[in-house]
Amino acid sequence: MSTPTPPLSIKEQLADIPGTYPFTKERCRLGYHLNMFFTTLLKEANRREFLADEDSYLAKYPLTDEQRQAVRARDWGAMLKLGGNIYHMSKLGGTDHLTFQYLAGRMAGMSEQDYRDMMMRGGRPIAGNRSIAEQSNQS
Amino acid sequence: MARIIAGIGTSHVPAIGVAADQGITDQPYWKPLFEGYGPLRQWMDQTRPDVAVIVYNDHCVALSPASIPTFAIGVGDEFKPADEGWGPRPVPVVKGDPDFAWHLAESLILDDFDLTIMNQLEVDHGLTVPLTVACGQPAAWPCKVVPLEVNVVLYPQPSGRRCFALGRALARAVASYPQGLKVVIFGTGGMSHQIHGERAGLINREWDTAFLDDLTANPQRLVDLGHVDYMRDAGAEGIELIMWLVMRGALNDDAKEIYRHYHIPASNTAAGLIILENK
Repeated sequence: MSTPTPPLSIKEQLADIPGTYPFTKERCRLGYHLNMFFTTLLKEANRREFLADEDSYLAKYPLTDEQRQAVRARDWGAMLKLGGNIYHMSKLGGTDHLTFQYLAGRMAGMSEQDYRDMMMRGGRPIAGNRSIAEQSNQS
Repeated sequence: MARIIAGIGTSHVPAIGVAADQGITDQPYWKPLFEGYGPLRQWMDQTRPDVAVIVYNDHCVALSPASIPTFAIGVGDEFKPADEGWGPRPVPVVKGDPDFAWHLAESLILDDFDLTIMNQLEVDHGLTVPLTVACGQPAAWPCKVVPLEVNVVLYPQPSGRRCFALGRALARAVASYPQGLKVVIFGTGGMSHQIHGERAGLINREWDTAFLDDLTANPQRLVDLGHVDYMRDAGAEGIELIMWLVMRGALNDDAKEIYRHYHIPASNTAAGLIILENK
């Protein structure tokens, strides 16, 4: 007889959601300065200053080199992995005149049109996208 | 005595505000969604609430990572639309009701809900889009507003159970206000959506429908949902729906559904609307 599996912790359950980066205490700490940088883009004068010279602007904030590079490259997926929160990242999106839908499509690895078409068809289905463990059991 | 006449649950997708502001609500993409808002606007015209308590979340605009209150209440005279990175929405300044808001704050804190008090607050789409949904594009908003802000961004968000209990306390607070105000409670955000990561675009119509059904049929099931239930099945950002439970908790047990509307998509989101009236 096998020992019953202990229930998963909340942390393990959150980690089991595919393609999702819950904004936990770990991510909040990792991305603190990155997210504080995004916050500065809420002011039009700062947006102009940033766009005029991104490197000089970024140098004012204690970001890691990886975070700086992700911002410069507009690598939205990388920003997420480095502690960025989507709502904060959207301030950079706004600075670039990009919509949430565009950012979501980029992070999902889809073209803007493909993503938009998927949404028009009713969105990404829950079936097959609920759980990493379920995905591995099925494959 | 003030009384709560109804609760309204509505999504607060920023693109809905943009569509209204740009005058493109008749375009095929937006028309089916906005047509479904008609009955709510008629209801608002007919019932003319004095104050709307709008339970919403700030999207990292008025609040930065520097401080993240779990619950906060706006007690100021007015709340200006915020610049969210693309300029403020061209909508009227939101007027507060400081006497009522301070009463709510005092009553709730004495009732063991430790709210942060915000004298100064600029409001983002989370609060102004529900006003657009309910009121269209008037020169001035037809009612005063008390913003009740909830952290739904940083884990752990308050539990659904806590949100529902806050609604209960909100009902007690409203009932103890001596002036005869007609109050409506907005629960905003949702429904299913995920706007980040490789799973962005997740929509779960079946889950949303059950949520709308159980607001009247079985609120206890919704109260018992946990963080992972929302984030897994309704998308990571679908956890905004805990704010609808503040609204539901503020209503009587036998509140009646008088209208609902559901549409996919509004940008990345399944847009939902429900009106629940106190009998």
